[in-house]
Amino acid sequence: MEYLIGIQGPDFVLVAADNVAAHSIIQIKHDYDKMFKLSEKILLLCVGEAGDTVQFAEYIQKNVQLYKMRNGYELSPAAAANFTRKNLADYLRSRTPYHVNLLLAGYDATDGPGLYYMDYLSALAQAPFAAHGYGAFLTLSILDRYYRPDLTRDEAVELLKKCVEELNKRFILNLRSFTVRLIDKEGIHDLEKLPLV
Amino acid sequence: MALQDVCGFQEIALHHPASLSISSDDTTLSTYPGGKMKTTGGQPFEKDDGSPLHLVLPPQRSLVRSRGRHFSSSLTTIPCPFTLSHGTTTLGFTFQGGVIAAADTRASCAGLVACPVAQKIIPIHSHMVVTTSGSGADCMLWERILAREIRLYQLRHGRRLSVTGAAKLLSFMLHPFKGTEVCVAATLCGWDGGDTRSEWDNMRKEDESAFSPLLESEPSASASRASSELAIDISTSNTETSVTSQQADGISKEVGGTASQDGSDQILAASCRSGPRVCYVCSDGLLLKGELISVGSGSPYAYSILDDGWKWSMSVEEAVALAREAVYRATHRDAYSGNNVDLFHITERGWCRRRREDLKDEYHRERRREKEIVQQQEREKEKRENVQKKKTGN
Repeated sequence: MEYLIGIQGPDFVLVAADNVAAHSIIQIKHDYDKMFKLSEKILLLCVGEAGDTVQFAEYIQKNVQLYKMRNGYELSPAAAANFTRKNLADYLRSRTPYHVNLLLAGYDATDGPGLYYMDYLSALAQAPFAAHGYGAFLTLSILDRYYRPDLTRDEAVELLKKCVEELNKRFILNLRSFTVRLIDKEGIHDLEKLPLV
Repeated sequence: MALQDVCGFQEIALHHPASLSISSDDTTLSTYPGGKMKTTGGQPFEKDDGSPLHLVLPPQRSLVRSRGRHFSSSLTTIPCPFTLSHGTTTLGFTFQGGVIAAADTRASCAGLVACPVAQKIIPIHSHMVVTTSGSGADCMLWERILAREIRLYQLRHGRRLSVTGAAKLLSFMLHPFKGTEVCVAATLCGWDGGDTRSEWDNMRKEDESAFSPLLESEPSASASRASSELAIDISTSNTETSVTSQQADGISKEVGGTASQDGSDQILAASCRSGPRVCYVCSDGLLLKGELISVGSGSPYAYSILDDGWKWSMSVEEAVALAREAVYRATHRDAYSGNNVDLFHITERGWCRRRREDLKDEYHRERRREKEIVQQQEREKEKRENVQKKKTGN
């Protein structure tokens, strides 16, 4: 029902998430933001079971900020991803597992851009592009076909538009808008919402 | 005993030795002054032969079976005597004149109307009400807990907790019960204000000077200072409430003082610390802030009416009429909603309550109107036919 997508370029990561907050058959909100800012250059995109998403994502968010306060410097995206994975794995076999699917996108001064795919079983993988949700079935092959490691920012946005077009054409649900953000060495930038009216 | 027979209660004389232990690790037992511990093993409803404090446990169920969460090991899943079903229509929305909260009054239990005059909108404090949906008992309990926590916050910090803050608090309190049978879907509707003391001073000052345009269009607002309940007798026509632009201007002056463009007013209200707010909290853990929220089995029907008529720049009369119509249409179609409609209007001066209205009257009024329209059409048709006859005759 929900959709997340991330595309990594040579010096940026482009991420997008749909804006629907639904409950059974009703869309309660059309402008719901599924991205959580972990630090100046790390975004966590979180979908899954109703309350779990916000609880887990805010827990990770506050802990990453606490790390910065205690130590004076921020966690790198790789460290944040592994920290998230560890927490998710710890809760997996507890009485209260979190059923969330995540994308973590960030930019590191030394390592460059990074996109991490994590699912509810806390499997973590760094990938050049990734997607979550039923929409992923429709769009991963488009990404496979057109992705190149040396995409420019505009080309990445065009690729994202292709994916959104395909969803509008073939996906049974009406995902009418997507929040789009770009992370590079300057930080997190908000781009125009898709699809363009 | 007769009651015993009706309940199928089996009297079993027991003299269990103290060494008898229960199979699970739950340890709820009763002890009585004799010092011996009596346990209720696998058998339900065992009768003690003397002790007045004997606690009876329901039959133990395996904890592993349910995927639900248990916040402590001594919490067992008690088998439900009937399937819980949640029928209601509640709604809340913000607009330039404050917040409207409306709900039906039917408390249903599967196919039975348990109570036709339930109250589903409960005031929490002078500037916030909560609409309830889900299991009635759970809602009642959690709203009392929420009211207590908010009052404590107010006493400790000298200001009222904002609507989003209260929603977050409720969401966190409900989180440990996720996966259990607790079912609460509440919409918190309120007006975020500032410091309670300074706000009262401001209200007094404003009353003296600039509030006459508001008082003309809202005759009830003058009395709604604190949490006093007031029944307004706004005219009950639910269509064609004509609102003069003067009244609308007067109200918007009271609220924002900004230009009367829909978008800018909305953005201002959303980003301001004070202003109208609606938040949806669910025992699943979902928490949503929005402008227009409807909850319950009748909510799809209500959404379609609300989406059609809602705009930020509505007047109070239009908003009340819209809310009323939405609940009425939902109660018409949904079997689990019905009876009356309750309506609350919250402004920065507090909430005020409209008199409860029986929707059966509205239904009959509508049928009469339809009949009149049909009759009028028939009369016009006859007239046209008569005119034609005269023409052909001539």
